[in-house]
Parts: sequence; C-alpha cells; structure tokens
Amino acid sequence: MYNISLTASAVNMGIPDAAIAAVLGYAVVFFGLILLMAVVSAMGKVMASKTAEAPKPAASAPAPAAAPAPAPAPEIPAAPGSAGEVKLFDVPDKEAAMIMAIVADKMQRPLNELRFKSIKEVKK
Amino acid sequence: MDILETLGTLVRTSGFAGFFAAGGWKNLIMIAVACVLLYLGIAKKFEPLLLVGIAFGALLTNIPGAGLYHMAMWDAYVYEVPYDAANDQMLYDAETGTNLFEEVDGKIVPTEAYYQKLGDNYKDPEVIEELSFTDVAHLGGLLDILYIGVKAGIYPCLIFMGVGAMTDFGPLIARPSSLILGAAAQLGVFLAFFGAICMGFAGNEAASIGIIGGADGPTAIYLTTKLAPALLGPIAIAAYSYMALIPMIQPPLMRALTTEEERKVKMEQARAVSKTEKVIFPIVVAAFVILLVPSTAPLIGSLMFGNLLRETGVTERLSDTAQNGLMNIVTLFLGISVGATTVASRFLTPRTLMIIALGLIAFAFSTVGGLLVGKLMYKLSGGKINPLIGSAGVSAVPMAARVSQMEGQKANPGNFLLMHAMGPNVAGVIGSAIAAGFLLALFGG
Repeated sequence: MYNISLTASAVNMGIPDAAIAAVLGYAVVFFGLILLMAVVSAMGKVMASKTAEAPKPAASAPAPAAAPAPAPAPEIPAAPGSAGEVKLFDVPDKEAAMIMAIVADKMQRPLNELRFKSIKEVKK
Repeated sequence: MDILETLGTLVRTSGFAGFFAAGGWKNLIMIAVACVLLYLGIAKKFEPLLLVGIAFGALLTNIPGAGLYHMAMWDAYVYEVPYDAANDQMLYDAETGTNLFEEVDGKIVPTEAYYQKLGDNYKDPEVIEELSFTDVAHLGGLLDILYIGVKAGIYPCLIFMGVGAMTDFGPLIARPSSLILGAAAQLGVFLAFFGAICMGFAGNEAASIGIIGGADGPTAIYLTTKLAPALLGPIAIAAYSYMALIPMIQPPLMRALTTEEERKVKMEQARAVSKTEKVIFPIVVAAFVILLVPSTAPLIGSLMFGNLLRETGVTERLSDTAQNGLMNIVTLFLGISVGATTVASRFLTPRTLMIIALGLIAFAFSTVGGLLVGKLMYKLSGGKINPLIGSAGVSAVPMAARVSQMEGQKANPGNFLLMHAMGPNVAGVIGSAIAAGFLLALFGG
C-alpha cells in the first residue's frame, strides 16, 4: 500500500558510476550550451541580414524627376555598442555625463540602453 | 485552583524547559548559529536579502515548543508514510527502513515498536494515513504552511521569473561564445557531486550538494527539495554564504591562473543588439532548452518568461511586479521557510560540515573551469578575450561579473570588463539550470 519514494530514499551509486555520471553531465551541459550558441549565433546573423536588407527598397525607389538632388548629408557613424561614443561640441565631459544621467532618469531607462550620438551647446 | 501546580505546568511546558530535555542543548547551539548568520547578514551584508530570512527562520524553528515547523510531518510527507499528529512522529524508522505501523481490520495502527520508541509520555496517537498539503495547512505551524511553496517548487521558480525580469541578456546575445564559459563554469557541480559520492553520500544527496557549485540559490533549493529535502537547510546556507563570499573566493584563483598580460587585455566593444533580438531570445531559449532537457522546464520557463516581460516593452507593469513586488514577497517566504528546515537534530551532524566543505570545493572548481576555458579562448582569439571573464561563468549574478571587472581594472585601470563578463554570468544561470535538469533526470525527481 505504501511505497517509499525515491526522492527521499538513498539512491546508492558506486564510484565508477559516479565518475561516468559526472563526465556525462558536464558533457550534456557543454553540448546543450554549444547548441544554444549555434542557435543564438544563427539568430543574430538572420537579424543582421534583415537589417542590412531593410534600406535597399528605399534606395531603389525612383526619386521625383524635378526635385534637385539633395546634397548627401555627412554620415555620422552609429556609435558601436550600447554605450557608444559621444561627440561633444563645446560641452565639457562632466556636463555631458550629467546631461546623459538626467536624460536616462527622465526616460526611466538604464543609461546603458540609451545611445547618445552627440551633445552640442546651443548658444542664443 | 492550585497556583503552584499551575506555575509548575507553565514551567514544564515553557520553551526554557525544552533546553533541558534530551538533545535540548542542540537547540541552543542552533540559536547561536542563527545569531551568527544574522550578524553576517546584517553587519557584514552577506546576501542579506536571503540570509537574514534564513537565519531568522533557523532561530524560530529551534525555539523549543514554538511548533512553527514540524520536521516529522514533512518527513512523513516525503516518505509517503502515516503520520501521528498527536505526538508529531512519522510511523516509519528511516534509519532502519522499517514501518512502525500495521493494518488491523482495514485501519492503520501504530506497532508496539512505535510505542516503545515514544517512551512513557505520549498522547493517544492520531494517525493520518496519507498526508496532503491540505493536512499540512490544518495541522502545521506558520512555517509549515509557508514551506508548502518550497516543497511544491513554487518559490524558486518565481524567484527565477524575477531574475529573468531583471536580467539584460544583451551581452550574451552580442557574444554567444559566452555560453561556453557558462558551461565550463559548471565544472565544480560535477566534481563536488563525484567528491560527495566518494565521501559516502547517496547519489541523490551528492547531486544536491554538487549543485552548490552552480552558485545559483534558487536552482540549489529547487533541486534539493526534489532530491534530498533533508539536506535543504545546510545546502541553502552553504550556497548563499559562498555566493556572498565570491569576492574573497575568486580573486586568488583568478590571479593564480592568469598572467598579468592576460588580465590586462582590453576587450572590444560588443555589437549592438536590436530590440527584436532581445524579444526573440527568451522565446527561442525557452523552447530550445526545454526540448533538450525537459526537466529544466520550471526553471528555464520561469526565467525566460520573466525576461520576455522585460523585453516586450508592452508588459512593463508585469515586469515591474516580477522584479520588485513579487520578488520581494517570494524572497521573504523562501528565506524564512528554508531557514525553518535547519532543525538542530538534523543540522548538527558531521554531514553538515562535509556539505559546507564540498560546497567550497564546488565553488572553487567552477571558478577554475571558467578561467581555464577563458584562457583557451584567449589563445584561440589571438589575445582578444580577457580570461578573467571566465570566472563570471558561475551564476551569482552580478557579483561574479563585478569581481571580473575589479580584477581586470586592478591589472589595467582602463579596463572595463563588466558588460563583457555579464555574458558568461547570465550564461551560467542557464548552464546551472541545465546541470540541475540533468541531475533531476538522473535521479528521478
């Protein structure tokens, strides 16, 4: 009528079996995470290719014939990473750090999730 | 009314009298241990959010006569044997493996051996044939009722949901090779498992001891509850104490296993990760890992659900609740109910010291595993990867990553390894959940 549960009773294991189980367990963790790495890498590549494809239709769209060709805007390279590099125009480092902290606080977002491209002092 | 007799009864039934009963001195020692843990949590700030709760639970459970937690009742529940509620005893001798009950006219009654075990002072037995959580709610004390959440595996999973909601997996997505470091840092789990078997622990107990090396409190509690509930107290205390001691355990190993040149390496900024990737990541990981090791479903499912709430951007209220309100409530319940399991008669044994020693070995070797594979990656990458981030592969988020940052900055003040170390750090959480899933599958939890 009553069975003693395996979860409470001792599951005896010899030393050779334990060695095999330990090696196997470590291998399973490696195998699982290496496979996951492959999946995450593939996901990253798919996302990168989609991002690269996205601007193409806009570039191939015919421009209005009469419109004068706009002067190409100077391309500011996107800041790499989540923090990035900020271009400062007449703004000291300390003030820039303060401004970034205030913006993050107002937006209620962690600072490392925001990307600041440049900070320029507007003179009246 | 006989005043003297009343006073005598009061004295005999007070908790103070319990200290002079057989084995009562052990309760005094456990109360002292609880006070030491409280000191470490409050004054030294060793994982205070959990250690203070665990220590206070240990204090309450060891006050004679408090009746807040009934170890025998939980033993009866785990062993699936009848329980005598009147005398707080299970009708089974776990040491000899013999039943202390028999069936007479279709009724379960205690055997003569049971009455001999009780001695002269006993109440008429009130036998409950098969305990359920409902019985625990009726018969148990406050901590028994809170412990149902641990026993049912609810609290660790809810904590994982909160951890997921607080974790930014961006560094891991940006550098997927971090997952290898998270795997490597599970070395201590399996070495301590093997060591525990060599020291005479049973397989299921060794598995629970080994998981201390995963440096992940909720996973350790979850696995131990399933495999070796009798060891929950010492394992939880060892796991959280060593997690708090990571800034002392890891740096000597990091300096011993790496050269000055390796520690100085400044890593390149990882690529930016899009919001879409962050939203897809928890869905993919949950599906993939659960398909691979189904027994990880409660932990990985909760972790990734919490992370999805964080990343979707449309469930901010739920994410906020998972990170703060829910997490705090569950931490309260988890800490105090785990502390309640540190009953003196079970905690004060040589096995507890062995568990604490094996836990340290597990932590140390997990760090070594991460560092060695970190060094390998340093070589393979042509010196672009700082091996110090390998030690962050033990979970302990974000403490282990902070230690990598501090050691890196000591070698090179311009070195900022924190975000790079967060990748292996969160990979360690997934790695320890897979290790726990493997052990759970092996020992049939």
